Amino acid sequence: MAELFGPGDLVQASRIDPPHHTRLPRYARGATGTVIERQGRYPLPDARFWQLPAEPEPEPVYTVIFSARELFGDGDHTVTLDLWESYLRPAVTEGWR
Amino acid sequence: MSADHAGPATALAARVRQLEALLEDRGLVEARKLDRALEAFLSGASPANGARLVARSWLDAEFRARLLADANATLPELGLSMGGALAEQRLKVIQNTEDQHNVIVCTLCSCYPLALLGPSPTWYKSPAYRSRVVRDPRRVLHEFGFMLDPAVKINVWDANAESRYMVLPRRPVDTGNLDEEALAALVTRDGLIGVAPV
Repeated sequence: MAELFGPGDLVQASRIDPPHHTRLPRYARGATGTVIERQGRYPLPDARFWQLPAEPEPEPVYTVIFSARELFGDGDHTVTLDLWESYLRPAVTEGWR
Repeated sequence: MSADHAGPATALAARVRQLEALLEDRGLVEARKLDRALEAFLSGASPANGARLVARSWLDAEFRARLLADANATLPELGLSMGGALAEQRLKVIQNTEDQHNVIVCTLCSCYPLALLGPSPTWYKSPAYRSRVVRDPRRVLHEFGFMLDPAVKINVWDANAESRYMVLPRRPVDTGNLDEEALAALVTRDGLIGVAPV
């Protein structure tokens, strides 16, 4: 399956607060950022919870950059996170920049 | 929920010892094999490795370009790897510039490029560092005694997934006469994390 996103794409992180392990940090939930790199494919950590004991299928992971204003409401820095494709959906507006 | 590795270390250590004893009792792992594997890995894991990469990058622009483009493929040139005793991890080296500074954290636990930086400092694993450096990195750098020029932008790299990060600090001024070994000696672990200038 081809990657859904590539460098330059605007993406929004999921707002879902799952009742199990995830690698989507709470501070980034719902925030809109820009993909800067494709990292390759890795098993979704959340799927280890759903599918035990089978090893989950690897899925694309992206480096996504967010402005501090988008994440926290203020600040002049940026933060990059490594996010699995399942955590992201396409975004149309840029949010705070 | 996210993994929090900051729980009582003694309980975790007891659990690890118990698991290890079970593996040995059932003949799944030879006695002391895990200890030997860990010792072999840790004996090679040191910030001196990261410092060598930085010194070479300062002296050799082509090496630096290769390291920034594909760190895993470039590490073997200095006899290094992100493999160690475990599966190889993806490494990304990020370069500080005149107008961009970089800092590393793992907000979810304590992910860290152990092979190149050695065991992580206690503060790197503390909830205070992990929560505050993403929120207000400039203030955290000040607390480390690092007064970054206000005009320099900061990016914080949250190593929250499978990649590991290392900062390539800027070469200090007036070091034109130093050789590779002397340059490597200037590089600190904190500089490789991004909480010190070098």
